[in-house]
Amino acid sequence: MVRKIRVLVAKPGLDGHDRGAKIVARALRDAGMEVVYTGLHQTAEMIVEAAIQEDVDVIGLSLLSGAHMTLFVDVADLLKKKGVEDVLVVGGGIIPEEDTPKLKKAGIAGVFGPGTPCEDIVDFIRKNVKR
Amino acid sequence: MKDISSKVLQGDPRAIARLITLAENNDPITTSAMKDIHPHTGHAHVVGITGVTGSGKSTLISELTRVYRKQGKKVGIIAIDPTSPFSGGALLGDRIRMMELAMDEGVFIRSLGTRGMLGGLAGAVYDVVEIFDASGKDIIFVETVGVGQAEVDVIKIADTTLVVIVPGLGDSIQTLKAGIMEIADIYVVNKADREGAEQTVAEVLSLVDISCSDKERKTPIIQTVAKDKKGVVELVDEIEKHKKLLEKTKEFEAHRRLRYEAELVEIIRKRLMNLVFDESKFKDKVETLINKISRKEVDPYTAADEILRKVLK
Repeated sequence: MVRKIRVLVAKPGLDGHDRGAKIVARALRDAGMEVVYTGLHQTAEMIVEAAIQEDVDVIGLSLLSGAHMTLFVDVADLLKKKGVEDVLVVGGGIIPEEDTPKLKKAGIAGVFGPGTPCEDIVDFIRKNVKR
Repeated sequence: MKDISSKVLQGDPRAIARLITLAENNDPITTSAMKDIHPHTGHAHVVGITGVTGSGKSTLISELTRVYRKQGKKVGIIAIDPTSPFSGGALLGDRIRMMELAMDEGVFIRSLGTRGMLGGLAGAVYDVVEIFDASGKDIIFVETVGVGQAEVDVIKIADTTLVVIVPGLGDSIQTLKAGIMEIADIYVVNKADREGAEQTVAEVLSLVDISCSDKERKTPIIQTVAKDKKGVVELVDEIEKHKKLLEKTKEFEAHRRLRYEAELVEIIRKRLMNLVFDESKFKDKVETLINKISRKEVDPYTAADEILRKVLK
């Protein structure tokens, strides 16, 4: 039996635009993954706690408010602090190009801006899951 | 991996989460781990919650959990959503309604896809109940997928079954008479602030009243407005009353036996299916026989017997 990839899709912070997150969630489902959708207004603590309980392979963060340098990095840091090393973290939204290298350095393995084809995200996850 | 079961028994969240994943994937480690934890089960009260899509099951569980947490009880929640029969993927969205519980260490929420199981449950649900139970949870809520009429498997696993109904579904209760309306230990009319709630309660009441069963207990009907936290304390009281009644009568034993029977059947079913369809030695045989059936060279029954004979040899 093939192991299913489990993905947590979450929107950290206060922005209320969840269309992108929903489209990605749907695309991942259609690619045969199990997507745990947690909805809006999540804190880093809530996201990490849910990721642990749901034992996901991937956390997908979506953010359009511009606070990605704080909130994405908070999630990655908290995972490290809790010793969770086998979860792939990816992010998407309105993210200026110059921030991408900094995010990758902080532990966000994949960063996807507007216009990214859904297949690219699916492929990236399939190639990079850690277990 | 060897100490995963001892960590589960200590209530370690990451071990609990990982063992559930292994069980979902039918990983061989599950077999030895479940052997270790089974002697430590039997303490938790399992409450099944079923009802049509959108009846407010998740919100209700969230509120019930808050009441139990105030009593200091530890809670495990199993939230089941359908797996797509086409892609094999699933969108598991029940956590959205349980956000208030997100940071409570006494609550463990796990979302499961049905992964081909019919009947409203998920294949690994029996394992997850055992794992939660062994890890020290006092109450385990099992939320089924949004059900139609015949998905009644939740009674096999639950000690107390709640059937959630909402007003405004027209004559639905009449059509629901057989199937899910037969399995309730407690009826919950949720969204009871909506128009038509009184009529819905009356319809359920008439179903309860025309029952010829000579059982002393009449199935209670509790009205709730889960989003406003109304009626939830009363519902907890009713669950506890039912629990006490079960403990007093022999029904409790019967319930548990039913669960173990269902679990045993499920494990055997899984292993047999695995043997026939996942083990490569029969794969070609199955393919060949399907082709033969299409060409009318063999009928499906003969083909099935042929495969089973090979498996059982």
